[in-house]
Amino acid sequence: MRTLSLRVNGDDVEVAAPDHWTLLEVLRYRLGLTGSKQGCDKGDCGACTVLVDGKPWLACITLAANAEKREVTTIEGLMPAHLRAGGTGPDPVQAAFDKCGALQCGFCQPGMMLSARALLDRNPCPTRPEIRDALAGNLCRCTGYTQIFEAVELAIAESLGVAPAPRSWEAQRMPPEEAQARARAAAARLRAEREKRKS
Amino acid sequence: MAARDLHGPGAPWGEGAPGDRRNRDFRVIGKPHRKVDGLAKATGAAVYADDIALPGMLHAKTLRSPHAHAKIVSIDASRALALPGVHAVITGKDMPIPYGVIPWTPDEHALALHKVRFIGDEVAAVAAVDEDTANAALKLIRVEYEPLRAHLDPFESLSATEARIHEDTKGPGNVSKHVALSFGDVDREIGAADVRIEDEYFFHGTTHTPIEPHCAVAQYSGEGLLTVWSATQITHYVQRALASVLGVPIAKIRVVQPALGGAFGGKSDPFSLEFCVAKLAMLTGRPVKMLWTREEVFYAHRGRHPMHMRYRTGARKDGRITGVDAKILIDGGAYSSFGLVTAYYAGQLLTGPYDFPSYRFDSTRVFTNKPPCGPKRGHGSVQPRFAFEVQLDQIAEKLGMDPIEIRRKNFQGENTTTVNGQRITSNGFKTCLDEVERASGWKERRGKLPRGRGLGVAGSMYISGTNYPVYPNPLPQAGIQIAIERSGRVTVFTGGNDIGQGSNSVVAYLVAEELGVEVGDVRVVAADTDLVPVDLGAYSSRVTFMVGNATIDACRKLRAQIVEAVAGAWKVDAARVRLVPGRAIDLGDEKRAVPIAEAFRIAEERFDTLGSTGSYNTPTLGGDYRGGTIGASPAYSFTAHVVEVSVDEETGRITCERCWIAHDCGRALNPMLVAGQMEGSAYMGLAEALLENHDVNRFGLHAGPSLLDYRIPTSVDTPELHALIVESVDPEGPYGAKEAGEGPLHPSIPAISNAVFDAVGIRLKHLPFTPGKVLAALREQRAAVRAPSGGVPR
Repeated sequence: MRTLSLRVNGDDVEVAAPDHWTLLEVLRYRLGLTGSKQGCDKGDCGACTVLVDGKPWLACITLAANAEKREVTTIEGLMPAHLRAGGTGPDPVQAAFDKCGALQCGFCQPGMMLSARALLDRNPCPTRPEIRDALAGNLCRCTGYTQIFEAVELAIAESLGVAPAPRSWEAQRMPPEEAQARARAAAARLRAEREKRKS
Repeated sequence: MAARDLHGPGAPWGEGAPGDRRNRDFRVIGKPHRKVDGLAKATGAAVYADDIALPGMLHAKTLRSPHAHAKIVSIDASRALALPGVHAVITGKDMPIPYGVIPWTPDEHALALHKVRFIGDEVAAVAAVDEDTANAALKLIRVEYEPLRAHLDPFESLSATEARIHEDTKGPGNVSKHVALSFGDVDREIGAADVRIEDEYFFHGTTHTPIEPHCAVAQYSGEGLLTVWSATQITHYVQRALASVLGVPIAKIRVVQPALGGAFGGKSDPFSLEFCVAKLAMLTGRPVKMLWTREEVFYAHRGRHPMHMRYRTGARKDGRITGVDAKILIDGGAYSSFGLVTAYYAGQLLTGPYDFPSYRFDSTRVFTNKPPCGPKRGHGSVQPRFAFEVQLDQIAEKLGMDPIEIRRKNFQGENTTTVNGQRITSNGFKTCLDEVERASGWKERRGKLPRGRGLGVAGSMYISGTNYPVYPNPLPQAGIQIAIERSGRVTVFTGGNDIGQGSNSVVAYLVAEELGVEVGDVRVVAADTDLVPVDLGAYSSRVTFMVGNATIDACRKLRAQIVEAVAGAWKVDAARVRLVPGRAIDLGDEKRAVPIAEAFRIAEERFDTLGSTGSYNTPTLGGDYRGGTIGASPAYSFTAHVVEVSVDEETGRITCERCWIAHDCGRALNPMLVAGQMEGSAYMGLAEALLENHDVNRFGLHAGPSLLDYRIPTSVDTPELHALIVESVDPEGPYGAKEAGEGPLHPSIPAISNAVFDAVGIRLKHLPFTPGKVLAALREQRAAVRAPSGGVPR
């Protein structure tokens, strides 16, 4: 048993736990932060992903002791942080996942959303391939990922004040010319945004 | 109330322009509303089974068999019991009553009683202060086994006489179920055909792999009330099984399904852990939790049955199929599970979307000493569909016909009866074919892409629920209760299991549309047997259709009261009052309206406290023969896929680049959720074809029970998916809806095989399509070219 000094979702906490406990166990079973999920307990599925100093870490293969003196953010911390920063409601990533149907069973999504949050924090305007790569460590068994990509893209579009491209199912239900025009317009705005950031 | 009684002139879409069945005047239906539990899941607030922690809770673990087949000679748990922190150890003798999800085949025990039948079979369970102590105690349990010959090969098991897996199996070998049905004169029809193809196909084992492992928590109260929270998709059947095995009156058992982290059929049996936590809670007087590891989930399985299939199909020169003859050997694994149904579904669900005059199938499910198979998304019909759709392509090739054209040619049509007596109502299959043909650029590209790239098509149909409940009874298959409160809030009580597909949201959308409230003002209380009417659970794609119809039934009764009360208050004819989200309006005076809460208040004043019940039962369906009701559904969904693949001829690797999924879901109650089901289904099917393999080694040990070895696709493995929603508006579905969660998986797999043929001219008939099989087929192709009699590849 050891006493750990952790900083979780902006709070300093002291918690006693067996030496071999992982960060996931401490979060779930000591601190009651059950939003981080256990899917495999081996670092394969990514459901346990939390942010440590802003980077996605697999909490199920991280010794809790290794997270000391670092800033840990779990899914429960996103909305309060957004509110503290003057926002309203949930974090834009959470809201976008909700709006886009990306949450089916929802079990992998806390990890997925934190990976997405970390991506957007370091690259506010990623391309679809960059989104794909950033989420490759988070397995989802429900969605086929399409609505997850669309959710991240909606979060990007909203943060930039750009009209998003129509989602896949929307495009099918509107005249093809309109769908193409809207997709092209969104792509052009995002390209311009990326160029602006590069220069 | 049967669905056919539901949608009379009062049906909402009946109010549109004459002949326009796609009434666009809905306020909620057909719109991409959020899910009722979306933000709870997004913020981490949703409570899943393993998120439950009760004061004083113990943790339980399971001891599993290291033998594929063995007698249990003795079990000595005394050292485990003596370990500090251990509160109880149970074995098969503590729960000797057998069970099975299908009441005719109760061949499972909560813990193995006299013998074990696969590596991983549950033998004992320990409850201790924590998981570490429980695991340590497992190591102290001494089990003496007498190993028996293990039957791992289904062909061998079929005729095995020694060391039978279930001693009471009828007939020879380890046969679990045999079904043979014949419709029309198959031999004559196929004999008279212009072309015939006979071939063998193999579908391997695959498993569901929900990201949430199975977990259950039990609590036993001083009054003798047993509560079990479980990651299940069938609360009602779990409740029944617990009552039977534990000998506790069913009214004293409460089963609750918390938020569920995916299921896909993998949580539709009662499982060992549910009985164990219940028994351990009863023995210790403490709450008990058991969480299975990922490895245990692979052994618990109940996934897709491997099937060895021989198909013979005849067709006329014009492409019309004359007959289909199928012989199927189903590798069932160690227990029956839903196997009786699987053996029927393997034959019964093939008779659409194509019309053929003769059909015969002979399917045999055989026990083997492997993890038990059961229902996985597209239960029983995904494997035959693979075989048949590849065979249909072979016929098209032989006739020189376009593969989409041959499928059109055999279109079954609407309002028809299949050769095996199934009633088809709405049928949008032809539109599905048109959609994938258009969207994929089929006409311009198929057969014209450079070697190594190709397009393939396949079609399918699936049930929207079945009229065969697993225990025959005349009671409603779905029940709903609604309570209306004067604040304007509506609470719905449903036994439907929301397993992530969004069934609770569908209930809320229907209530909002019917009763004129905002979706956000509908609370859905679901899948808690103490609080809700009976519903049979989330399987066979029954929930939208059956729970939806029950919801509408309950809503119509309330709506009539509210409309009557408001009309009375306004002193106008009831036909003038309409409920729209947030308000009751007067169609005859656009200035007159009241907030919906006021309308509820007026109705409460008139009729007292407001509430209603609704239910759904299927009409009488199915052929008039033994087994004729299995696979009979009030409505069938239809699907067509086109996939685009590239084949690397040096490495043998197939990459699926894009997939167009056209699915006739009747009506998309929420197109966003329907698209999510279509994309998720197609993705899962594509992975079965190319990446996944649930298999055991020669000892019966799982070949790779981890998410690293069992390769479900990541975001970079998944192709571009295009969901093309087709709406045929079913006459009996809720607002015309049919299923969307299982049908769109089927065509993915044969479409890949057919696309590979277009790309490089080889026919892949044995799943999974590994690089090794592709290279072998390419070598054969080259050898055939060199041989004088060989064909010439494109």
